Amino acid sequence: MMTTLKILNSRKSYGALEVVSDVSFEVAAGERVALLGHNGAGKTTLIRMILGLTPLTSGMIKVMDHAPGSRVARCSIGYLPESVAFQGALSGREQLRHFARLKSLPIQKADDLLERVGLAHAADRKIRTYSKGMRQRVGLAQAILGKPKLALLDEPTSGLDPISRHEFYDIVQELSDGGTAVLLSSHALTELASRTDRIAIMSKGKLVANADLTTLRRQAAMPINVRITTTSKESDRVAGEMGGTRKNGQVVELTCLQNEKMATLARLTALGSIISDVEISPPSLEELYRKISSSELEMK
Amino acid sequence: MGDDSGCTDEFVCSGFNACGGATAGNLGVDPLTVAATSITTLSVYLVPLIALLLSFDAIAGEIERGTLALNLAYPLSRAQILIGKFLAHFLVLAFAVAVGLMLSAALVIVQNGLVGLSFLPLVRLFFTSLALGATFLGIGYAVSASVRQPGVASGVVIIIWLVLVVLYDLSLLGVLVADDGGGFTTTFFPYFLVANPADAFRLLNMPDVAVDALTSGVNAASPVAGTWGLLVSLLGWPFFALLAAWLVFRKVEP
Repeated sequence: MMTTLKILNSRKSYGALEVVSDVSFEVAAGERVALLGHNGAGKTTLIRMILGLTPLTSGMIKVMDHAPGSRVARCSIGYLPESVAFQGALSGREQLRHFARLKSLPIQKADDLLERVGLAHAADRKIRTYSKGMRQRVGLAQAILGKPKLALLDEPTSGLDPISRHEFYDIVQELSDGGTAVLLSSHALTELASRTDRIAIMSKGKLVANADLTTLRRQAAMPINVRITTTSKESDRVAGEMGGTRKNGQVVELTCLQNEKMATLARLTALGSIISDVEISPPSLEELYRKISSSELEMK
Repeated sequence: MGDDSGCTDEFVCSGFNACGGATAGNLGVDPLTVAATSITTLSVYLVPLIALLLSFDAIAGEIERGTLALNLAYPLSRAQILIGKFLAHFLVLAFAVAVGLMLSAALVIVQNGLVGLSFLPLVRLFFTSLALGATFLGIGYAVSASVRQPGVASGVVIIIWLVLVVLYDLSLLGVLVADDGGGFTTTFFPYFLVANPADAFRLLNMPDVAVDALTSGVNAASPVAGTWGLLVSLLGWPFFALLAAWLVFRKVEP
């Protein structure tokens, strides 16, 4: 697979303050990577470094094998800023056509995209009359204009309602199916889990995690919750055998690590018909994120 | 903003023109020349002010709204952004000045008829106004890029306007009086006078009589104060100011 974005030992410091320190990772074509981190963790600075807006203190970034800010790099990138703003006096259509011209694309592309993001009905209204969600859609439309090789989406779903968020991730899926590398930062953790291929977590300027969700779970060694429903009056026995705690007459809860999961399940199955149901809940991305970003676990 | 400034410009120009016309009738001088002189006195204050008001928000405003970062993510160079803004503002300014001057000309023609009118002073005034305006557009961009906040930029450009257009002349005058025809007056004064685009503009548009009167006490023979020196100053400044704006803008992290 081709590497669209390469970041190697990149640093950015303002005087003594190191905003981004020694960050290295890659995003391949068609890959969707979520960039997580607290406010001020360095996500936006890193995105601005990729765009060439903020020069690196040291290290190297390559977009399609070209320096950030170079013509090739800029032609390959679609960017949605954190709080996107446009010329309020233009209509959605005029604004998108303007962006299409900047990218040397046929005007028709702009009109098609307005349709795709669901703004066709408001295309000829001034942007200043748009709601926050509609402006965000214009932002998304300009970011995916001309199918960029790399899409940098900074907080793309903020201000979108649940239905719009769903549509947004459908569009991201389409993009990555078409070979676009997608790097998106977000705070809405639950929706990222199922909609991205890899998760990178930044904390205080450092990259503290960079792996898919399953690997992260294993590395973080967070317990998996197993909730066993037994046939009545057997819960004490099951609790004793499995080493869990009895919650009520029928339910026993226990925890196990990722690498013990299959063994635990095998022991459960061996108990036979006294078990009527088993519910397994892995730690949510939110719990993982809290643990990783607070412990600053170094992972390679 | 451009429209407002244009209206002010037209209004004041036509007002002055009416006075100019009346004076011309009494003195028997070409009424358009007199009108152009009156308008020059006013334009030297107004054109820089309009240019600065148009330009102070150009970069700082885009930084604040966050539109600059997005524009720079596109394959668009900073020089292109600056030139684009300059062309747009320059056209606004040109339109405002042209409408103002044409109204003046129309009024003079209505009052005096077409006989014996020379349009040269008006044409000269138009083009020198544009050069003066372009200079201050460039200065406005340089300020806008270096202070980053529109509010601060507006304050700084007003101070610059006050210094270059009002206080500069006052201090030169003060030094002239103190120097009393000494070394400064003969050696440095012409350079100081020509170096300021506003003064170069004024001198270029003054009728010869007035220039003679002004420079006779100074050093009429000084080659710098001649038309060529003034032209070089007035035409050189826009390039210098825009170059400075580009140099500052190049370093801006949006």
